[in-house]
Amino acid sequence: MKKVVAKLASLLLAGTMLAGCSGGGAPAADTAKNAAETKSETDKAAVSADGAPIELWTFQEIHTGFYEKMATIWNEQNPDRKIKINFTVLPYDDLHSKLLIALQSGVGAPDIADIEIGKFANYLKGDPQLLPLNDVLDPEVKSRVEIYGKDGQYYGVCFHIGASVTYYNKEILDQAGVDPASIVTWDDFRAAGKVVLEKTGVPMTTAETADPWSFWPMLASQGGDLLKPDGSPDVDSPAFIKAITFVQDMIKEGSIVTAPGGFHHAEEYYGFMNNGGAASISMPLWYMGRFTDYMPDLNQKMIIAPNPVWEKGQPRSIGLGGTGTAVTNQAKDPQLAKDFLAFAKISKEGNIEIWKTLGFDPIRTEVWDMPEIKEPNKFTDYFLNSPFDVLTQIKDEIPAINNGENLPKVMDALKTTTLFRAFEDLEDPAALVAEEQSKLN
Amino acid sequence: MNNPNKKSAEAHRGLQSFLYSPKIAPYVFISPFVLVFIVFFIYPVISTGIMSFQTVLPGKTEFIGVENYTNLFNPTFLKAVQNSVVYTILTLVLLIPGPMILACFLNSKNMIGKNFFRSTLFIPALTSAVVATTIFRLIFGELSGSLMNQIIGLFGFKPIKWLRIQETSFAALVFLACWRWTGVNILYFLSGLQNIPEEVNESASLDGATVWQRFFYITMPMLRPITIYVLTISIYGGMSMFTESYMLWGSNKSPKDMGLTIIGYLYRQGWEQNNIGFGCAIGIVLLLFALLLNFAQLNLFGLFRKEE
Repeated sequence: MKKVVAKLASLLLAGTMLAGCSGGGAPAADTAKNAAETKSETDKAAVSADGAPIELWTFQEIHTGFYEKMATIWNEQNPDRKIKINFTVLPYDDLHSKLLIALQSGVGAPDIADIEIGKFANYLKGDPQLLPLNDVLDPEVKSRVEIYGKDGQYYGVCFHIGASVTYYNKEILDQAGVDPASIVTWDDFRAAGKVVLEKTGVPMTTAETADPWSFWPMLASQGGDLLKPDGSPDVDSPAFIKAITFVQDMIKEGSIVTAPGGFHHAEEYYGFMNNGGAASISMPLWYMGRFTDYMPDLNQKMIIAPNPVWEKGQPRSIGLGGTGTAVTNQAKDPQLAKDFLAFAKISKEGNIEIWKTLGFDPIRTEVWDMPEIKEPNKFTDYFLNSPFDVLTQIKDEIPAINNGENLPKVMDALKTTTLFRAFEDLEDPAALVAEEQSKLN
Repeated sequence: MNNPNKKSAEAHRGLQSFLYSPKIAPYVFISPFVLVFIVFFIYPVISTGIMSFQTVLPGKTEFIGVENYTNLFNPTFLKAVQNSVVYTILTLVLLIPGPMILACFLNSKNMIGKNFFRSTLFIPALTSAVVATTIFRLIFGELSGSLMNQIIGLFGFKPIKWLRIQETSFAALVFLACWRWTGVNILYFLSGLQNIPEEVNESASLDGATVWQRFFYITMPMLRPITIYVLTISIYGGMSMFTESYMLWGSNKSPKDMGLTIIGYLYRQGWEQNNIGFGCAIGIVLLLFALLLNFAQLNLFGLFRKEE
C-alpha cells in the first residue's frame, strides 16, 4: 500500500513538474507548493517509521546542526513521541518576510521558526499568530523570554544571553604597557586609549555607524535603552547624549575610528581587525564565532573582559541580540512542537549543547560552572581566557533590553542615520538626538 | 436506439462550431493570458488599493481612511522619492544618448570587430544583478586596497569612502546601471537602426550631407519610436530600482538613507516593520508617479498624436 502511495505521489510530482516547466514564473510557485504538499503526504505515510514531521525554518545554517542533535536525544528519550525535523534554511530577510505572509494569510507557516529579536516585535503586532509558551517555560530563564513577550504571554525562547563584553587585543595592549584589568571606567578606557595610540599608533577601538551593538552597552550602564519601559522610542535621553559625546571626543583624539565597512560584521572590518587594526572591540559573547572564523591571526591574542562603565557599581553588561524560537499557530501538533522546543532550548542538556555546538552563552546560568562547559573547544582554544570566567563575574549585571513594537523602527533609525551622523559626521549630539527622536514619534 | 450516438454527434458538432467560430475562438485562445493577468495583476492591484486604506495585521485588519497617505509626508519618504527621481534622471541622461551613439558605431560598415563588441557589451546584462552588485561593492570598498581606491591612488588621491558619501555612492549606483544596461539599450537602438532604409542615407550623402547632419536629421528622427520605448522602460526601471541599492550596501540600510529608493522604503515599511497597509500606500503612489511621468513623456513626444 505504502509503495502504491509513494508511486502515485512521485507520478503526481513529475506531472506537476512538467506543468511547472511549461508555465511562466508565477504558476511555478503553485507547482512548488503542490510538490511540497505531495511530499508532506508521503511523509505522513512514513510517520510511524521515523517520527512526526516537524517543519522548522531558520536563517542560520549552524542552528540546524544543533536542532538535529537535540532531536536525536529527544527521540532516544521519548520513543513514543518521536519526531523528524524537516529544515528549511532561508536567508535572513526571506525568512522574516515569508513567515510574515504565511502567518498573515493563515497558510504555509512551519511548526517552529527562528525569529531574530530585532524582527520579533513584528510578529506580536495585532493578534500574535504564535503560540504562548507559558506552560512549558521555566522561571529560571525568565529574563530571556520576557523580551519575546506581550501582555504576559511569552512567545519565544532565546538561544543565549548575549552578554556584552569587551575583547582586548592583548598583544597591542602589552606593547603599550596597558593592563586590561586596570580598565574599569570609561575614563580609564580613554586614558588607556591615549597611551595605546601614542605607543603603537593603533586606535583603542572602533565605533559602529550601521549597528548598535557597541553603543548599546554605553547606554545600558547608565540605565538607558533604545525604548522606554512603556515601549516608546527613547533616543534623546541624557544617557544617549552622554554616550555620543564621549565617543565623539575619543574620535577627535584619534583613539576611536569608525568601523571600516560601518559595522563589526563587514568584510572590511574583519580584515582590519585581523591585521591588528584596533586594540579592542565591545560586542556580545556570540561574536566569539566571528573571531574564530574570520580573524584567524588573532588566535591566542584576544582576552575577554567586562565592559567599562561610567561609574563603579553600574552594570557592566547587557543582553544583546538573540533569536527567539517560536511555535506557530499552524503547528500540526502544537504540544509536541512546544515540548520539543522547551527540551531543546530550556533543558540543561540543551543549554550545554548550545555552548558546545554554537558557542553561545546559554540562558540557563546554572550550567555555567558545570564540568561539561569546561571541556576545551575551538573557543577555549582561541581566547586567552574562558568566557565563563567573565560571565560568572558579571552574572547579576546583565539586564535585558526593553523590547516592543517600536524596536524595529528605532533600530532602523540607528542603523541608517543616528549613529552615522553622530560618529561619521560628528554632529552636535543634543540637536541630533532631538531631531532623530522627533522623526520617530 | 440511435439516440446516444446522435446526441454525441450533435455535441461534437456543437463543440466544433464553438471552437471554429471566429467570434468565440480568439477568446478561448487568449483566456490563459487573461486569467493569469486577472489573478496575478488586476487582483493584486485592486487589493493593494484597498489595503492602502487599512492597517493590515492578523485579526486586526481595519479601515483607517487616508492615514497611510498622510503619513507619507515624512522626510524619509521624501528622501526616497528624491533619490529615485535623481537616479532615474541620471540614468536617462547617460543611458539613452550613449547607447544610441554606440549603436550607430556598431551599425557602421567601417567598424572593426562589430560582432565581438556586440556580444561583449551585452554580457553584463546577462549577469545577475545580485552578483554584479556584490562585485561592485568590493570595487567601491572604502579601504585603500579596493580597486577604485587603487585607481585614484595612481593619480595621487587619498582613499575615498565611496559608499558613505552621497555623491560618490550615487556615482557608483549610476556607474553600475550604465555597465549593466548599455548593452541592452544598444540592442534596442541597433534593431531600430537596421530598420532605417539604406537609400535614405545614401541619397542624403549624395546630396552632400555630413555625418552629423545625417545623424541629426535622419537617424535620430527615424529612431523616435525606439527612443520613446527605451525612455518609457527606463523611467519605469529607474523609479522601481531596488536590488542594486539593496545589494550595494549589503542591506536596505544605507548611511543617512543615501541609497534608499521608493521601493526600498516600501520594503522597509511593509516587510521590515510589518506596516503592510502603509507599504501598499507607497506602492500606489509609486504606480501613480510612474504612470504620470510616462504619460507626460509620451504626450510630450507625441506618441498619442495621429501620424500625419
